[in-house]
Amino acid sequence: MTHTTASRRRWLQHSASLGLAWAGLHAIPASAQKMESGKLLTLAEMMHPITRGAKLLQQDVTLTAPMLADNGSLVPLGVQVQSPMTEQDHVTHLYLLSQRNPVTRMAVFQLGPWNGRADINTRVRLAGTQVVVALARLSNGEFRYGQLDIIVTESACVDAS
Amino acid sequence: MNLARIQFPERIVAGDVVKVRLLVQHPMDTGYLQDLLGKLVPRNVIRLLICKLGGREVLRVEPSSGIAANPLFEFFVRASETAEMHITWMDDKGQRGEYKQTMVVLPSSTP
Repeated sequence: MTHTTASRRRWLQHSASLGLAWAGLHAIPASAQKMESGKLLTLAEMMHPITRGAKLLQQDVTLTAPMLADNGSLVPLGVQVQSPMTEQDHVTHLYLLSQRNPVTRMAVFQLGPWNGRADINTRVRLAGTQVVVALARLSNGEFRYGQLDIIVTESACVDAS
Repeated sequence: MNLARIQFPERIVAGDVVKVRLLVQHPMDTGYLQDLLGKLVPRNVIRLLICKLGGREVLRVEPSSGIAANPLFEFFVRASETAEMHITWMDDKGQRGEYKQTMVVLPSSTP
């Protein structure tokens, strides 16, 4: 009788330590995930190198993307700027900025009045859930921007192989 | 083999603002990923892509590693007459590519 109680006690002790080890194992991927996604930049840090203090307003720029992107390696992203696109008033540059990617400036498009519409669609890579900013430079030197939160379940910067 | 493809709408009338879909075949290696042997793949992305329509530059893109492999660019252009669209691009390895396609524009039916 005494023998069985002792083994039961030992079994309980073992299962308790196993549980601790299990919890420890879970803690490792959490820290690894933090490492693969870089530092989050603030909006000012993202846009100031381009605007350099010029007038900046959050209007006229609309971003379209899936709310939840499964694969960060390929996220369809559309940008529409409300602009008449005439000789006097048009969009000259369109910047796609990422908050978390190692390269903040994902792409720069140079447009002009011959485009008729300031509307660009492309596919970007995103290193994790973040805010994506589209910054448009108008022909008079002012800037307009729009932003969108995109949830990415699988970052583009983890190894695919 | 063509490394680029352009798609225009089926019917373009002069004066229309048409959507152009441009697809370029390129790996766009970021320089952060490893191959199967664990070696880093050097960065190789398109640095500059220029799209000309009838000799006039209509779009200039400077992509980075933030653009997905086989990049797709959809943009709009105002069509006035039948012209040739000429795409040129250059990547980090210094390789240049080009592609030409004619955009057929029907004359606008003025009453």
